[in-house]
Amino acid sequence: MDLEEAKELKERCTQCAAVSWGVTDEGKYYCTSCHNVTERSKEVVDTAAIPNTKIQAISRGLKRKRKLEKGWDWYVCEGFQLILCQQVEALKTLGVGPELKNDVLHSFWKRYLQKSKQAYCKNPIRTRRRKTTALEDTPSHSDWDSEPELISDFICSSFAESEAESQPDLHTQKPFPIIKAPNSGIAYTCSGSLDGVEYSQRKEKGIVKMTVPRTLAFCYLSLLWQREAITLSDLLRFVEEGHIPYINTFEHFPEEMKLYGRDKLIFAIESWPIYEDIYKNTIELATFLDLPRFPDITKDCYLHPDILCMKYLMEVNLPDEMHNLTCQVVKMTGIGEADFLTFDPIAKKAKTVKYDVQAIAIIIVVLKLLFLLNDNLEWSLSDIAEKYNEKNKKDKPWFDFRKWYQVMKKSIDEKKQKWEEARAKYLWKSEKPLYLSSYNRPVVYKRREVVVNLQKQFSTLIDSTPVAEKQNPSSFQFNWTEENPNRTCFHGHSLQGILKKKGQSLTTMNSLYWLSTQKFCKSHCKHVTTYEESYFSQSYQFVISLFSFLLRIKTSSLHEEVSLIEKRIFKAKYNQSKKKPSKKKIRKVK
Amino acid sequence: MTDMSDFSELMRPSTEGDRMETCVLSGTGMHFPWLQKYLNSVLTERKKEKAFAQTTTECLSLMQQALLKHQWQQAAGYMHSYLQVLEDWDVIKRQAAPEIIWKLGSEILFYHPKSSVETFNTFADRMKNIGVMNYLKISLQHALYLLHHGMLEDASRNLHQAETWRYGDKSSSQEVLINLVQAYKGLLQYYTWSKKKMELSQLDEEDYAYNTASQSMLNHSWKTSINLCALIQIPGVWDPFVKSYVEMLDFYGDRDGAREVLTNYAYDDKFPSNPNAHVYLYNFLKKEKAPREKLISVLKILYQIVPSHKLMFEFYRLLRKSEKEEDQKLGLEVLFGVLDFAGCTRNITAWKYLAKHLRQTLAGNRLAWIQELWDSRKNWWPNFHFSFFWAKSDWKEEKTLACEKALVAGILLGKGCRYFRYISKQDHQVLKKKMKRMKKSVKKFSIVKP
Repeated sequence: MDLEEAKELKERCTQCAAVSWGVTDEGKYYCTSCHNVTERSKEVVDTAAIPNTKIQAISRGLKRKRKLEKGWDWYVCEGFQLILCQQVEALKTLGVGPELKNDVLHSFWKRYLQKSKQAYCKNPIRTRRRKTTALEDTPSHSDWDSEPELISDFICSSFAESEAESQPDLHTQKPFPIIKAPNSGIAYTCSGSLDGVEYSQRKEKGIVKMTVPRTLAFCYLSLLWQREAITLSDLLRFVEEGHIPYINTFEHFPEEMKLYGRDKLIFAIESWPIYEDIYKNTIELATFLDLPRFPDITKDCYLHPDILCMKYLMEVNLPDEMHNLTCQVVKMTGIGEADFLTFDPIAKKAKTVKYDVQAIAIIIVVLKLLFLLNDNLEWSLSDIAEKYNEKNKKDKPWFDFRKWYQVMKKSIDEKKQKWEEARAKYLWKSEKPLYLSSYNRPVVYKRREVVVNLQKQFSTLIDSTPVAEKQNPSSFQFNWTEENPNRTCFHGHSLQGILKKKGQSLTTMNSLYWLSTQKFCKSHCKHVTTYEESYFSQSYQFVISLFSFLLRIKTSSLHEEVSLIEKRIFKAKYNQSKKKPSKKKIRKVK
Repeated sequence: MTDMSDFSELMRPSTEGDRMETCVLSGTGMHFPWLQKYLNSVLTERKKEKAFAQTTTECLSLMQQALLKHQWQQAAGYMHSYLQVLEDWDVIKRQAAPEIIWKLGSEILFYHPKSSVETFNTFADRMKNIGVMNYLKISLQHALYLLHHGMLEDASRNLHQAETWRYGDKSSSQEVLINLVQAYKGLLQYYTWSKKKMELSQLDEEDYAYNTASQSMLNHSWKTSINLCALIQIPGVWDPFVKSYVEMLDFYGDRDGAREVLTNYAYDDKFPSNPNAHVYLYNFLKKEKAPREKLISVLKILYQIVPSHKLMFEFYRLLRKSEKEEDQKLGLEVLFGVLDFAGCTRNITAWKYLAKHLRQTLAGNRLAWIQELWDSRKNWWPNFHFSFFWAKSDWKEEKTLACEKALVAGILLGKGCRYFRYISKQDHQVLKKKMKRMKKSVKKFSIVKP
């Protein structure tokens, strides 16, 4: 209560006729002698901050409505900046160098603000008010299209727009970083941020709008620039495991940054990032930022296929000796060249290599070269290996595909089940619920309270053994040891019995091969091949599903990558089949 | 490994290229760009389903699996996560959630070893107040839970609260539920009344206490009737309510009222077909010593609904007593009807009645009746009742039954049938006379002449 402020009211109290007014926390006058609260509320009369009296009148009307949501003035891009900060801090704790934040991401972000004309330019977008009704929308809001509450929101926003237009003279140019606007968000009843409503309506061709998934694209671009030892699939897995903030990041915004209305649609997210989406966003973003060629990916970089293949061979428990073969495939196909590997956004057709998917695809090709994977040869080779191993227990064991399959199948099934359970139990909703309008607020908070109470009740009934502690982040998902028979380690096993000497070099016993894709799709649809599981051998299906689970990608995209590698190896074959009808050409081997 | 020409290709059963073409939509050379666009949008729309929606659906199905396996703790764990659907942005899903949560949640709390009545009460009270439409249903089920745990007073209090609940127009659309709540309250009051009746029966009529007790009973019954009678006006199956209501009416001598309620319950077309309604009415009329025709007419309907009902023997006896010829024929029909059911195959009374009735009918030259009933059964009864297997096992387990059955078999199928032949060959000291009579009857009456 502040008696000083209450002096301007000279009326008598209707209850006790005294003239002694105080102001309640809600800004209403109350009589200090009889505690009668009036309907009248105190206006903020800070004339210094308001340029003319007309605005003062407007502010009076809306002041009371906004009393619950007052906070700092902030812009949407600041929100994204905060998310990026959280993410990059998390990356730092994962062991990424500090330059990533200070130099790389910072300059990318600056460049983004500049390119999207939000700051660091002569005529920032915020100052140019206009009604844009562009036809095209960026696909960024896919998450919210089905949102039924949008209708009411739409009404609110159109209201806000007309309000904004009635006072255009207020929006004078201001430099960035933003100074608090004096008329703090009066017109925008439907977003906590200053430009939330306008931001979600802004549709401008050629501008890549910021979305929460794109923050990850920013992270990945910076990681790529720094040539850090984190692949895209690793990054997304860390997100899923909660090591990198992504869902409900707004919870950690400062208390004074209020989010509601439109902000909900911009910052709340209810999906995990999808590899293909983030990959696409990364390229889009890099092109939009007009970035120069990235530092070369050379042989000593983690992202080089030779190193990644080694990593994934260890991960999936395959013999180290296979590395020799993967290196040969890399060499033969030329995909180890820096020119091929390095990301160059300004090149004619911007395209970055999916390093992780490609490395896995190479391993699959090598498996096909060695074992054919036709549901036949791999088993007969396993029989031979098994017999040999029984006889020669002291020697280095031969790699037994069947044993490997058994061990891997069991481990992956267990892992998958745990993963599915964890996903099903994932708690999406924030402690700090977002609402679309102030009318909606009590309902939303009430709902939150109900859920929290019910959850409390059921949590006492859950198995008393504490839930497995949050896993430490690791680039490896499996751990193989010699001791545990369920987790037998095959790293040291040899490929003898599968390879044979031919002159000076070793060659595979198996001389056959089948192509994952016979003919590539050249139609308008974007995919180059399709993956119809039932057309393929069981072993191939297993290998594909195993690896695609490791990377958390769709089986079809891994199959596609395998086909693309094969296309490079068997270039000649593909060219031949182009000239002659392919069906006659291919020998059927059973 | 270095020599690439060594690798030949393996062909899969279908070539990749063929499939490619089909996915481009038209093999006819026609191109519909708009269709392509449309298909794409369909594809992306499906992709748009949020992970939130996916995981909660998955969570629900895992919870259901856990419940089926009686893994209450796991189920509670899934419920803990599933609760967030109450905050779903999708209005339709959010509104459907309370019911699912209530049903599965109450199941978990009912069986969970660590759950208690208090936990259940808190849960029910919370769930009642989510959304308007669930209040009455949950209150009712909550009351039933309390009843199950013998907490009659709490249940009654609960029902009382629910009964007085109102919510604008919403309450009128839930009238049936309100009636049901009231009726359950009535049922609880009936229970108290019934207990008082027991006490009263142990008291001496001269006793001073008798009067007060009977007075309080009367009060009770009055309240109860009001609660019950509203519900039983509405078409439905209300067996326990009707029964208790009628018992009270009967106790206070309102026989007409009771009869009316029962008649209405049994005969009103708007009510679903309900065998018990006819059973109640029959029992009431029997107690009242109603005329035979009346009783027969009630049981006739029951016979049409449940031909294998245990009252059918009583029905048969009533028919036998009747002088009308058509009732005699119906009696035979009833017996055949009872024996059509697998559960009655070894019912000795049925076979005894049938054997006797068949003999009498044939003696009365009513072969046509039997022919008529037998026609539809002659294809399957021989295997169903009169197989060699049955003959052996019946003889081993129940000789008198075997004899009765053999007689029937002999009459219907002739001397040559397996069942009759097997039984008649058996030798038994005590049954000697009976067997002889049986053989004679068959010879005399068999509808199949050799």
